[in-house]
Amino acid sequence: MSEILVLMFSAIFIENFIFAKFYGCCPFMGVSEKPANALGMGMAVTFVMTVSSAVTQLLYTKVLFPLGLDYLKIIAFILVIAGLVQFIEMFLKKFVPSLYNALGIFLPLITTNCAVLGAALVNIQEGYSFIESVAFGFSAALGFTMAIVIFAGVRARLKFADPPKPFRGMPIALITAGLIAMAFMGFSGMSIG
Amino acid sequence: MEKNNTEKKYTFKDFLLGMKNGIIDQNPTFVQVLGLCPTLATTTSVINALGMGLATTAVLMFSNLFISLLRKIIPKQVRIAAYIVIISAFVTAVEMLMKAFLTELYESLGVFIALIVVNCIILARAEAFASKNKPLPSLVDGISIGLGFTLALSLLGAVREILGAGTLFGVSLFGENFMPAQLFIMPAGAFLTLGFLIAAVNGIKMKSAENKLKAEKLLEIQEKEAAQSSIKNGKKTEETSDGENKEVGK
Repeated sequence: MSEILVLMFSAIFIENFIFAKFYGCCPFMGVSEKPANALGMGMAVTFVMTVSSAVTQLLYTKVLFPLGLDYLKIIAFILVIAGLVQFIEMFLKKFVPSLYNALGIFLPLITTNCAVLGAALVNIQEGYSFIESVAFGFSAALGFTMAIVIFAGVRARLKFADPPKPFRGMPIALITAGLIAMAFMGFSGMSIG
Repeated sequence: MEKNNTEKKYTFKDFLLGMKNGIIDQNPTFVQVLGLCPTLATTTSVINALGMGLATTAVLMFSNLFISLLRKIIPKQVRIAAYIVIISAFVTAVEMLMKAFLTELYESLGVFIALIVVNCIILARAEAFASKNKPLPSLVDGISIGLGFTLALSLLGAVREILGAGTLFGVSLFGENFMPAQLFIMPAGAFLTLGFLIAAVNGIKMKSAENKLKAEKLLEIQEKEAAQSSIKNGKKTEETSDGENKEVGK
């Protein structure tokens, strides 16, 4: 149990998907204009990533690896993820239309969110067991959600700032992200367990 | 005959325009700010950046070509899924090739080779360009966007490697006593460097736009002066002032 907790803590803070690993930077920059949208995106990613980690881990260990179809993993994983995202899109459209409208174009883009495929591939690479994979997917997504919500909060204030003209928009946002990443570097020296 | 016609329509000028479009006007990193994950993660050195850029270019080239060839066969409703399958097939090929022939580079890039599948640039070009255009322009578009991406990545990689490790292509630049700012090869440095580089590109663009505006204003002023002087001099000199106007216009 303590091993799982260590894994989760490390995935959330030390190996944070955004600030240490750079998985999922597109939605991180794209959907972080408003904290509410960022939270919605984070929740959608959390759900997709937890389920996809479980499914892809089973698919790989039970089907692909025994059959020697190792090399098909990229195609298989991306199809699983695309299907899941489609399902969540339909679910939100039907039951939470306000969130569906707010997330708009970025919901289908979870398919091309490297965080989701990245988590699936890391699970395989590290040889995590089923429970470890689910825990890793869930906590890495929590780390992603935390990062995107913090960043959205900072960015909301950035609107009222007055940076030099060439820095307006994306550059100042990237530099801000860099500063937050520096704060997260504080975790990197930590040894746990 | 038909093939000849379509090929004739695609001239060398179109090719140059397509190349300029991808590398400068619509540079995926500096202008569109797409595909940030590999941009930030793999630019710790020039070699990694170059390898990542070229791998992406190869995938982009072939995926654009094949999606364009299949654009009339793929049903609209399932097009994204179809694109992703095509793209991931090429990524798998590139991954296996790199694993076999460029093992060192493959190991240092790690998961990010496989993650080319979910690079927004590739899907964006498939959706915005290859699905609407003929194979040859699509191929050129893939090459030019890919090269634009490679150039941007290499620039970022060079800056980070020089500042963060004091080397370029692994060769030490400043001697042994140089203390590199290691921050720049760490994750935080990636965000900072990219932010400053995009700001620099924006700055250069603004300057050149300003200069253009200034030149246009100068022309206007000159034209006005010419017009005024022609009014002062009366109708006799109108013809000459017309001539002046034309010269200024040129």
